[in-house]
Formats: sequence, C-alpha cells, structure tokens
Amino acid sequence: MIQIPALRFGKPYQSLDKAQLIHHVTGEPVAEVSQVTGSQISRDVGLTERLHKELAAIPVRDILAMYKKAADHFVNSTLPCGDAELSFDDYVRNLSATTGSPMVFCRRNAMKVQYVMDNVEEVIGGLSRGLDPEALDKGYSTKAGRMQAFFPTTHVFGAVLPSNSPGVHSLWVPTLALKMPLLLKPGREEPWTPFRVIQAFIKAGIPAQFMAFLPTDHAGAGDILRLCGRSMAFGDDRTMAPYKNDPKVEIHGTGYSKYLFGEDQADGFEQYTDLLVEGIAANGGRACVNASAVWTPKNADAIADAIAKKLAPMTPRPWDDPNCQISAFAKPEVAEAINNMVEEGLKTPGAVDVTAKYRSGPRLVKEGRIAYLLPTIIRCDSPDHPLANKEFLFPYASVLECPQADVLNRIGYTLAATALTADPKFVADVMACSHIERLNIGPLPTNRLTWDQPHEGNLFTHLYKQRALNIAADHPVSV
Amino acid sequence: MKDTPGKPMPVTGATLDEKIANARKQLDAHFVEMVKWHFSPETGCAFWLDKAKTFDFNPLTDVKSFADIRRFPIFEDDWLRGGPVRKWVPKAYADRGVYVFETGGTTGLPKSRIVIDDFKIDYEMMSDTLPDQSFPKGSNWLMLGPSGPRRLRLAIEHLAQYRGGICFAIDLDPRYVVKCLKARKIAEANAYKEHCIDQAITILAGGHDIRCMFTTPKLLAAFDEALRNGKLEDKYRELGKAVPSGGLRSIKSAGIVGIFSGGTEFTPQFTREAYEEMLDNGDVYMTPTYGNTLMGLACSKPIGPEDGFKISYYAPQPRAVIEVVNPKNYDEVVPYGGTGRVLLTTLTKEFFVPRFPERDEGEREKPFDKYPWDGVSGVRPFAELAGGTVVGVY
Repeated sequence: MIQIPALRFGKPYQSLDKAQLIHHVTGEPVAEVSQVTGSQISRDVGLTERLHKELAAIPVRDILAMYKKAADHFVNSTLPCGDAELSFDDYVRNLSATTGSPMVFCRRNAMKVQYVMDNVEEVIGGLSRGLDPEALDKGYSTKAGRMQAFFPTTHVFGAVLPSNSPGVHSLWVPTLALKMPLLLKPGREEPWTPFRVIQAFIKAGIPAQFMAFLPTDHAGAGDILRLCGRSMAFGDDRTMAPYKNDPKVEIHGTGYSKYLFGEDQADGFEQYTDLLVEGIAANGGRACVNASAVWTPKNADAIADAIAKKLAPMTPRPWDDPNCQISAFAKPEVAEAINNMVEEGLKTPGAVDVTAKYRSGPRLVKEGRIAYLLPTIIRCDSPDHPLANKEFLFPYASVLECPQADVLNRIGYTLAATALTADPKFVADVMACSHIERLNIGPLPTNRLTWDQPHEGNLFTHLYKQRALNIAADHPVSV
Repeated sequence: MKDTPGKPMPVTGATLDEKIANARKQLDAHFVEMVKWHFSPETGCAFWLDKAKTFDFNPLTDVKSFADIRRFPIFEDDWLRGGPVRKWVPKAYADRGVYVFETGGTTGLPKSRIVIDDFKIDYEMMSDTLPDQSFPKGSNWLMLGPSGPRRLRLAIEHLAQYRGGICFAIDLDPRYVVKCLKARKIAEANAYKEHCIDQAITILAGGHDIRCMFTTPKLLAAFDEALRNGKLEDKYRELGKAVPSGGLRSIKSAGIVGIFSGGTEFTPQFTREAYEEMLDNGDVYMTPTYGNTLMGLACSKPIGPEDGFKISYYAPQPRAVIEVVNPKNYDEVVPYGGTGRVLLTTLTKEFFVPRFPERDEGEREKPFDKYPWDGVSGVRPFAELAGGTVVGVY
C-alpha cells in the first residue's frame, strides 16, 4: 500500500490520521493519504506572502521552460508518489482503481493535463487575451503603445478539487506560470493527478516550496476557501451556495449544459445524433460540460428516440477495457440514490424514460462491490417537469420541446450551450443570451473546449487585477 | 487556598499489583458508602429514594461491592432534563448553597446537574497532578472556554484560585455556535469565534501576567492562528504599548507556559500538531482532559512523541469510574486494548450516576502506577451515534 504524504510547501508530512483508498472493484487497499487540519492549512498559508515574492523573482521564461519539461516528465518519467515510484501507466491504473473511472477515460483526461502543461504559454495567452508573458515579470506591458498593468490579488491560489473527473486539473495547472504559489486540496479518491503534476514540476526544476498538496476534510476545505485570497472549488449547488457571492472563490458547480436546436435544423436532427451522443456521454457523462438537456422546437420524440438507440449499447465493461464507455460508481449507494431520484421524478406525469425500451434490464446495475447507471434519455413534455433540468453523474439528458422564441427565456443557467442553427436571428439572440457561459455555434459538442478560451471563470483575471499605471519618462523602471 | 473537604485518600502499595488491589478495595468500600448515603431517607435525594421503589433489590442491604453496580438500571440522561431540580439535592445538603450546571440545550431542554462542592474537589485533585514548573503557583489564568451555566466556567476559576492565581474569562455561548453550524451559517460561526479570540487577545494585552490557560482544541488552534497573524501585536499597538522585541506571534512568546485543554474530542493527530506546531515542540506544556458535567474530569497520562501522542484518560476513582464495555451488553467489560463504549459512573455524596453510557467509544487501557485502575484511550464519538452531534468551538 502506497503512503502518500501531504506536501506542506516543500515539506512532506506524514500525519497520524490517514484516509485509506481502496480499489473500487477488489476492495483491496491501494494507498493511505496523510491528512492535514484547518489550523495546519492556516499556518502554511501564512508562509505564502514570502513564497510569493520568491516565485515572482523567477523570470517567467524560465518557468515556462520548466513547464515544457514537466509536461514531458508527467507522461514519460517515473515519478515519486510517497514511498513509491510510479510510471505514467502505474499512475493511470491507480487513478482508475480508486475513482472508478475507466482507465481509458483516465488516460484521456491525463493527456488534457499534459497538453496544458506543454502549451502553457498559449493557454496563458488565451487567459490574458494576448498579454506579453514578460508582463508577469514587470507587472506591466506596453504592447502597441498601450500600457497594460496588473497586480496580484493574492499571495496563494487554493484549489479544492473533485474526485470524479481528472480533466479538471488542467484548470489550475497554469497557476505557477502566473507566478502564484499553489495550494491543492485533492479529492478524497483522487490524490494521484495533483501529486504527479507537482512531482513533474519539481523534477523539471520548479522549487517544491511553491506547491502544497494538502488532503483534508470538508472543514479543512472550507478553511482553504476562507484563508486563500483566491481559490477555486468544485461542488454541487448546495455545497457551493455559501460562496455564491464570494469574489475570492471561483465556483465550478453544476453545468446544466445544453444543445439548442433552431427551427431551421430540427427537421434534419439525424445528422446531429452522434454529436448529441458525444456531448451527453463522453467521459462517462460526468463533466459539467456534458449536455444534460436537448431543447428543440419540434421532433422531440424522434430526437429522444434516436439518441436513446445510440446510447443503448453502452453497457458496463471492466475498468481496464479500452472500450469502456461508462464509469463505475465506487460507492454503489451513490448510484442507488441517483437512480432513486430519477425514478421519483418519473412518478410525476409528463416524462418517459425513452432508453428503457432499448435496455435489456434496469438502469441501475450492481456488480460485486460497485454499481453502474446506464445511459438515460428522458422525454419531458414541459420545461417545468422535475426531470427537465437535472444533471447527474452519468450519461443523462432530458429532451423537450419549446418554441424557439421562448427557449432562451426558459433555459436558465447554462455553462456550455451548442446552438444548432444557421438562422442569423437565432444566432444573434443566442449570442446575446446572458444565461450561457460557453457558447458553441454549429455542430460542436458541448464538451469541446479550447484551452485559449477559458470558461466558468478566468484564472488570470482571478489572480490579477488591472491597474492604471503611469511611469515618468526617464524613470529607471521604465527601461 | 485550603483543600475542600472530601478528597479521597491516595492509593498506597509497594507494587503496581498491590496498588491495583488496594484501589479496588477503596472503590468497593466507597461504592457501598455512597449507595447507603443516596438511598437512606436521612441523607438521600428524592429522585433516588423514589427510583428505589422500582428496584428488585434493597440498595441498603444488598450492595456489598462495586460489582453490585450491575443491579442498578442504566442511567438515562433524560432523567436530568427538566425539574424540579431540587429532586436531585441530597437531604443531607438541604441547607447548602446549590449550583446548577447544564450540558446540551442548543435545542430543547438541557441536562441539569446540581453541584455543591464537587467541582472544587475534582479540580483540586486534578491540580495535584499538574507540574508546577508549567503551571506556576500564583500565576494568573485565562479561561478561553464556555461561559454561562457551564461547570467549566467556575471550575477553571476555582483551579486558578486553588493554585494561588486569578482567572480572567471571556463571554462564550457555545449553543449559539452550534445553532449557526446546524443552520450552515459558517461565516457567522467563524465571526463569533473571532469575537471570542479577540476577547482573549484583549485580556492578554491588558498586562495581567497570564501564564496558564484553559481552552478547547478548536479554540487553541484559533488562538494560535490569531497570534501568528499578529493580532496580539496589533492589540498592543492599539493600546499604545510597545511590542516586545521578540514579537508576540506564538503562544510561547505571549507568555503562556501551561495549557489545560479539553471540552471536545482530543485526537492524537491534533495533540501532535499542537505539540509540534503551536507549542514549540512541547516548550509550552499541554495536558488534555476528558470529562463532562456528570462525571467530573479524567486526567491524561503525559502526552508526547514517545508513544505516538496517544491519549489515555483515567477517571478520578473512586469518585468516578470509567468502564469500557461492549455496546451491545453493558455488563461486559471489553478486554484490555479492546474497543467499547465508555460507561461512566459518578459516586460522590452530591451526585450518584450509576452506569451512564457516554456518547463516546475508545480502547480499554491497563492501570499504571499513578492511576492503578482502568483507563480509556482513543476517545472519539461513538460510531453508532457519530454524525448526530455537531461540535462547535466548544
């Protein structure tokens, strides 16, 4: 069993209390992860003002070069993981073992993380809308004769991370390149990716003291959000509610992502079926950018049926099968609770599980210690039905009809929307819609991300604030 | 200060085995005496005299040793909710001034316990276990813990006075904190905690030569955080006082040398953190305690890195007894090292509580030289009840 310590800004720490991680299929212990308390977090955050100054003194070009090396180490080197040394394959295997996410998903998501490390300059360019990276050294840039100056909003960036989708780690990876010390609270079942990224950075030359890996409990997570000047957190609506109006915390919550058919494309829906399926089911349907609803002005029955037919063959496969398409629930009671929520919703008239007729058995499948939820398409007859605007941790979507003229007034918050239309008026309306964060126009899946265009917050503007700056002519700093 | 009458005689013996045997004899005799006291119409309280009418044995004649405690019913804490509280006052003490201490009460009726001198005796006995170099006689104390109808508030003040000092206290209503946490008003709870810490910082800045303190684990951590963040230095500046050259950013530099801590769960992990990171690797002495309003308080074996910061508690026998029992059968004491529910018994002239199942579990510990009777270690919320309890700052 691997012993994974906390990393307290460069100092490994083995606690007396540890969280044990077990293999979701066999129940065998895989690792023990040291835990820190809220007061230890507070003590460590107290170090970051000094660390921030030290990190800021390293030229950004040097840091960017170290990111390139780290990207290579992340996938090609054997890296320390507590008292073990793990190859990339070992890492993927452990990640899958404790999260229940199939190895094929884990590998794919890990490559997203590697991509951001390898292309961090491009990512930072996207986050800062083309700011010269040297501005991070000087605090300003005079591109095209215009002064652009920024100051940091914090001495440390804290990230309270989830266990269910390793791809999210790509969001915090640029932090050190933005010259900000990094404090990570891993998800309970997913210490692997944050720890490995940190080890890749260390091997690439970034001093360990600028990174903290602090596994902790729910209260400790709250302390991170309270103590860090800027942070990001992942959680459901209820968990994140206290931070809704807190500018220090960037919330990554429920996405309610959607496909929106225009009048002009709803008759030709067949050409989009694969696209709809990808947005709903890619990555096991667990990401906030997975679509959880399809809104159309017509043909909802036929659309629901076409998607359901395509999703039906997605059945459980072993976690290390490269053709895996759905994730296991390492805690079967979670799958059971979600299934009960769907069943409860179906008791309200006006909703039909269209996938039921294509499945050979029930939605909930239990196998040994684990459980699966098979893809589910619910045809709702109204946007007001309890199942019309729900998001679950498995491939799930509602399909509903709504006149094009009403749709944007009814959809509510939507993290990612794909508008399937060529109608210039509807495009203009969608572009002007304030409920939608990330917008794809045309046949692009909702989960298609572009790294130079952040959604759901922007790490650069979270960590830096623009300031007006005038420097007198001939002043030494203006050179 | 003179001792309050009622302290038991120390257990004697040349060897540990002899001490264990003598302690048992002392407990047997004390138990018989206490039962006679509480169930005699001349001395006992109305509650137990009434309750005895439901027994299938005569407490005055059938109780011969502590083993006979199994003849008594399991004590139900609901008996302590609601009045009249006089039903608990022994007839022999009818003319004495009576305190009432409460526990619980965030919602619904709190449990009430009457006290006359017990808290003084308990804390004087505890005081005898404190090392003088870490709790210097004559030092002033800070009570950074609950106020209001709590035993701790008066007990710590008495402890300070007994050791020749004066105790400064803050206002702290733990029920308000628990209400905030239950309603998920985390920011409000934190603001209240800061308010409590600010009171403590203000007292420390007042120049009262405070060297000892009581606090709970959570408040100790919050107090340490405030000091590290320069709150005491800020308070000095606010009061126009010069900050000492070494600064005031640690518990040690604030002048504290001894901390008596308890009130909520004390884990080895927290103890280690406190020892290593808050108390300068043990330069500031801390002793954990375990207790409640019903029992009194149990002292801990000295803690430290040599035994992995394990915390073992020993009740102030024969005035109170801890048994670690099978949660499915309270008559069955678990083997040494085994895990069980904590069963408390209080045997003082003021209060008789036979076999009260605490909301905690732990491992049964062997007697040792200083405490030649059973103890309990690893105390934590009883697994079957865990989750139903909200722990606030207290």
